[in-house]
Amino acid sequence: MTTATPADEEKLVAALRARDEAVFAALVDRHTPSMLRVARGYVASREIAEEVVQEAWIALLQGIDGFEGRSSVRTWLFTVLINIARTRGARERKDRDMQVVAFTGGSVDPARFRSGDDEWPGHWRDDGMPVAFPESPEGAVLGDELMDVARRELDKLPERQRVVVTLRDVLDLDSSEVCALLDISVANQRVLLHRGRAAVRQALENYLKDVS
Amino acid sequence: MTEDRDLACAELVELVTAYLDGSLDAETRARFDTHLLDCEGCENYLQQFRTTVTTLHRVDRIGADELDPAFRAKLLDAFRGWR
Repeated sequence: MTTATPADEEKLVAALRARDEAVFAALVDRHTPSMLRVARGYVASREIAEEVVQEAWIALLQGIDGFEGRSSVRTWLFTVLINIARTRGARERKDRDMQVVAFTGGSVDPARFRSGDDEWPGHWRDDGMPVAFPESPEGAVLGDELMDVARRELDKLPERQRVVVTLRDVLDLDSSEVCALLDISVANQRVLLHRGRAAVRQALENYLKDVS
Repeated sequence: MTEDRDLACAELVELVTAYLDGSLDAETRARFDTHLLDCEGCENYLQQFRTTVTTLHRVDRIGADELDPAFRAKLLDAFRGWR
């Protein structure tokens, strides 16, 4: 699970302070893909995102001896990452920060709902009604396929949505942490998260329709 | 949205994240829950949304096979340099 106990956290910090390479490598494997996803929300290219991620890892190593554990290592790592990415991003290009929030389309294709002249306007049409997704245990083939579909869709999301969905759902940070990290309001954060999740849901639904 | 009116499915789908976050006001939450009781489509939509979130939770477990080996090696080099 992504939620570490305080004892796990202490062990992790102690191992990093002891310069344990295996522990560092595992942490790199775990977080680097998400870090790249977040960094790319701020900078212009994959190359710059990699530089930002590398800088964040070095900052983590340099700071670990003085780390006081007021947040989790993961939250600290992503805080450092976002600060570096933001500084770099501001230098690389114009800030296009909040444009995504202005978008107010529905999160489900409106054609799936009954129209205004129907007895039940706004309710699902018979042929638009969602069907429950299969419950796929972790490790099952279908579960892995769905994870792949979700990951690909995540990479296609508008930048701010991708950053929020990565922090909230992939990394399991809570709403207040994410608002503080990104310096956005709770309402903005929720809109971005909702749009992003809705797009991933749609991708999963399309995929499941094709395989069934 | 006016009070005392049934929530339409098209409205409900926009509230799911707020519902899951527990941030709907009491009245809207009650309308949401009431709607779910007799709407299979929305019940399924909520299930799909929950499954979507669970699936996203798993995305960081793939880790290594997604990571470019050259970049990974660079990070481990940085570690050795620091150590």
